[in-house]
Amino acid sequence: MPSEPSGRDDDRDDRRVGLVLVSHSAPLAAGARDLAAQMAPDVRVEVAGGRPDGGIGTDFDRVQAAVEGVLAACRGAVLLADLGSAVLTVDSVLELLDDDHRARARLADAPFVEGAVAAAVAAQGGGDVDAVLAAAQGAGASFAGGAASAAEQGPVSGTTDADAVVLRRTVTLRNPLGLHARPAATLARLAAGFDAAVTVAGVDAASVLELMGLGATGGQELEVTASGPDATAALAAVADEIASGFGEA
Amino acid sequence: MTADVAWASRWVHETAQSIADHRDELTELDRQIGDGDHGENMVRGFRAVVAKLDALEEPPATVGEVLKLVATTLMSTVGGAAGPLYGTAYLRASKVADVTELDGKGVVAVLEAALEGVQARGKATAGEKTMVDALVPAVEAAVAAADSGGDAAQVFAAAAQAAQQGAEATVPLVATKGRASYLGERSAGHEDPGAASTALVLAAGVAASEAG
Repeated sequence: MPSEPSGRDDDRDDRRVGLVLVSHSAPLAAGARDLAAQMAPDVRVEVAGGRPDGGIGTDFDRVQAAVEGVLAACRGAVLLADLGSAVLTVDSVLELLDDDHRARARLADAPFVEGAVAAAVAAQGGGDVDAVLAAAQGAGASFAGGAASAAEQGPVSGTTDADAVVLRRTVTLRNPLGLHARPAATLARLAAGFDAAVTVAGVDAASVLELMGLGATGGQELEVTASGPDATAALAAVADEIASGFGEA
Repeated sequence: MTADVAWASRWVHETAQSIADHRDELTELDRQIGDGDHGENMVRGFRAVVAKLDALEEPPATVGEVLKLVATTLMSTVGGAAGPLYGTAYLRASKVADVTELDGKGVVAVLEAALEGVQARGKATAGEKTMVDALVPAVEAAVAAADSGGDAAQVFAAAAQAAQQGAEATVPLVATKGRASYLGERSAGHEDPGAASTALVLAAGVAASEAG
């Protein structure tokens, strides 16, 4: 766990965005944090779940403290909320922030769990507030079959200009459990680190949810493609990682 | 009369008293079409506001300061959707009340800002069986009263009366926003608890001017 925020801006981790998970239920918020932390160990995730008396509801003061804690410690904050009045509470907290803080905090219009996981992986990869927000907001589509439709369309990027050279390599997925959460997160973090558009079996390799959505299992052959300035290095890194079995083979 | 800081403070006290007096009624309305906690939540919220106001070492300097204290306290203590909605209404109102007293047009501005805040936060429009159905007629009546030269007390009284009628007019409506919307057609036949409490809040402002 990161240390407590001191409130001093010079202690801020400007490399990463942090998350605030706001739920009516304390166990739900804590569970979503555990899930996000497994995939994104270096991202600060604060939770505000339930009422002060432990009941179901949202607590303005707790949400406000969580947002201010993340903003003091991180370059920005992306918030996820679970139901109607949690959203209203978050909106009210954001309205009361001072201008500097409000400019660095955004509420994602995204499903709570999938959005939290996708945002955490994007934040781990060093995405800015807009990138982390976009990852969260894209999570609903990935969850509901977006991965399959992306696969049908094939790789979208790298086909329009001089970067259109698409490098390809096919590797065999060696670990028996395939692309479950941990290896999917490992791959997504790796892919996001290159200035390249990388796909695995037709889906965006930087999206942990799309990778998990493939349901790829041990022994399956996966085509990896890469295009863009770092295509060669990205292809090698991602393909080698898959071929290595993620330490599980 | 004008609506000064002392009036705003009396308004808070009158509201807390009125909400406490109508607690069971609000709870019953909310039990019929919501989750049954509106009365208790509002009583808790305004009791906290009164406690904070009475504990201030320096009395508030402007009407806006009183309204802002109401806003932040309600957000922290009311819970549910009513906390953010009422909190935002008072917060937006506080921003147009940075004065020591409101005249008739000032009351209009406060009510307009409150309505705008509720709509921005709750995304509701008139006819959806919400607080908005009390606030929209209140603002319209306030504008009309101010245009015909009404002072603050007259404008506020016109608004409060229209809010009461607006709240009663929510009875036949089918809710399309908030928890009551889950009931669909079955939400018709009951007054909206948020509109009912809004009418009580405005009526308390009239009582505060009569007491002043």
